[in-house]
Amino acid sequence: MKYIFQFLRILAFCFLGEILHALLPLPIPASIYGLALLLVALKAGVVKLEQVKEVSAFLIAIFPLLFIPGAVGIMDLGEVLARLWLPAVLAISLVTVLVTATAGRVTQAVIRWKEARHD
Amino acid sequence: MTELLTQGAVWGVLLTGGAFALGTVLQKKTGQVWCNPLLLATLFILLFLRLCEIPYPEYKASAGPVSYLLLPATVSLAVPLYEQWEALRKNAAAILSGIAAGVVVSLAAILALAWVFHLDRASAVSLLPKSVTTAIGVDVSGELGGIPALTTAVIILTGIFGNLSAQAVCKLFRITDAVAKGVGIGSASHAIGTSRALEMGPVEGAMSGLSIAVAGILTALLCPLAVNLLP
Repeated sequence: MKYIFQFLRILAFCFLGEILHALLPLPIPASIYGLALLLVALKAGVVKLEQVKEVSAFLIAIFPLLFIPGAVGIMDLGEVLARLWLPAVLAISLVTVLVTATAGRVTQAVIRWKEARHD
Repeated sequence: MTELLTQGAVWGVLLTGGAFALGTVLQKKTGQVWCNPLLLATLFILLFLRLCEIPYPEYKASAGPVSYLLLPATVSLAVPLYEQWEALRKNAAAILSGIAAGVVVSLAAILALAWVFHLDRASAVSLLPKSVTTAIGVDVSGELGGIPALTTAVIILTGIFGNLSAQAVCKLFRITDAVAKGVGIGSASHAIGTSRALEMGPVEGAMSGLSIAVAGILTALLCPLAVNLLP
């Protein structure tokens, strides 16, 4: 029963997220509203960690599995991908490395700069 | 045989889970990074559907319950964030600067590719949101005149590439701080990259999860501006 309640609690936040997504004219999907609301509820103590812990850990652990049906959709994109293969490969590989490196290095630089200022 | 299969209700979920389990076993056995369960499972299923001549929409419908869990799983990322709240609060300025820099570089690099390769508008728009979570990226692409199916594919391949390369990229660019690693991985390769960040450590995982949300929202806000700069 504990797991059913945990799952229902998480689903309730998904539903709240869907309502916000339908009501607000912002380009933010239901999942992000739901994530933010659950975080606020945890911080405010409305939801206790033990009330979502196991099921959320399970869902996060199986994350890669959940992308498989979408990934298989590539089988219907043969023509588009054949035409775009070089820019697509560069976008997927080179740009991803560039973004990881930029975001990581900038974060690290600001952290070190703040630490140096405090010492 | 094929009809027997597709008339049943469970085959899509069973095939997805089975292929993923097989991929996981292969990764354990070989210990190779590129033997990624998501990548292997996708290839197995592609092969299976081709051999049995099952069209993709039929598989997609039968595997629906798997995709359905994406929403509650994304919402669940609030839990590691809550558990790492101190690290988040302490480094808020650094994290936001890092994510913003990543988003701007991503959009600028795709614009550059669009200019160099003379991409048509629909293709370029489909590539623009390639670093963010599918939930946001596909909406952005559709809204601005892209091809949502192409965006989905590019987003997932970006995630797999990010997942496979995360460790090497962090080493190459000497990113050693746990918070910085998480921000880099989550900003570039969303939830699929985040599953690697979670393996690196709890701080890496939580920061990567946070970056999915912030990078996604920033991209959704900046994409309409970037579209104006397309050739």
